[in-house]
Amino acid sequence: MKYIDPHIHMVSRTTDDYRRMAQAGCVAITEPAFWAGFDRCSVDGFRDYYRQLTDTEPKRAAHYGIKHHCWLCINPKEAEDIGFAREVMSAIPEFLDRHNVLGIGEIGLNKNSKNELSVLETHLALAKERDTLVLVHTPHLEDKYKGTMLIMDAVANAGLDSDRVLIDHVEEHTVGAVLDRGFWAGMTLYPDTKCTPQRAVDILERWGTDRIWMNSAGDWGDSDPLAVPKARMEMKRRRHPAAMIEQVTFGNPVAFLGRSPNFSVDV
Amino acid sequence: MSSSEQPCPLSHTEMIDAWFLEHRAKVLDLAAFLDRLDRPTGPQSDDFRVEALRNAITLLIDGQGDRTRRIQMMLSDQSSEPIDAAPMQGALGAIPPADAT
Repeated sequence: MKYIDPHIHMVSRTTDDYRRMAQAGCVAITEPAFWAGFDRCSVDGFRDYYRQLTDTEPKRAAHYGIKHHCWLCINPKEAEDIGFAREVMSAIPEFLDRHNVLGIGEIGLNKNSKNELSVLETHLALAKERDTLVLVHTPHLEDKYKGTMLIMDAVANAGLDSDRVLIDHVEEHTVGAVLDRGFWAGMTLYPDTKCTPQRAVDILERWGTDRIWMNSAGDWGDSDPLAVPKARMEMKRRRHPAAMIEQVTFGNPVAFLGRSPNFSVDV
Repeated sequence: MSSSEQPCPLSHTEMIDAWFLEHRAKVLDLAAFLDRLDRPTGPQSDDFRVEALRNAITLLIDGQGDRTRRIQMMLSDQSSEPIDAAPMQGALGAIPPADAT
């Protein structure tokens, strides 16, 4: 059964991971721009990163029959230097019309600071101006609840349609509010710091399967690029119907991402 | 599929058969971690993260449901205003005493 991993950072992964994901049924991925583990020191460093996301990675993925798409932004972890962040954001429009760009992401908040919020608002204004989809990162651990609430208010204040915005990394204390306010929700499957596959399936059982997906967010840290097929196995182990598994790991991503003219996958 | 709840199709006994051993091991891991903290080579500290963990454990056995969400909220900053500046890029998993709400 085929699946989509709608949030994974393949610039940090090996070609072996592409192979194993394809063998497990992955047919498409989307890769948000994120923090490299260190702060970049020039706008041209970001331009190179955006070239990697829009040129190099689609070619690597295509070798394994995987369609590669991406999102562009400066990550909230690099938003505290607001002058530099604004320089980087001014370069993003150069890349928005490239063939595999779905929209702005993963934007959001990290420590819920005033500068992070200002950078988020500028990103949201760009998404509104260019009528793109938005993929939102919510903060880690103790900062997630507050950040999620601030982000949803910022999206509403920007005049964006919540149905074109996915709020990612939801957990038990944020998923209800995200869905109630009309957003799409993403569950990230991490070994320690977000949802395990078991807890993600618990969330589906409690909050339902509409407007929600699962992703691995595989990157350079503790993460698992095969987390989505492992969650599918957990659903199967609990005897959830194949249609429900297909909806959450393929149908829902297609429904949301398909609103971008740059998204394509063989259905 | 419906947007409503999707209850696990397994029976209560089937769930226990499937996951008891895994969670028995997790309880022992937690106990072993607390035991480990009891025998440090140097002086013990009153770390807010361990205190948060002990408080979370009390929620596990208070007889009420919705444990996961309640523990998440116990470990969350519930203030509502953005802070002036980010003090670091990472997160700690519990609320430092000065920031407790």
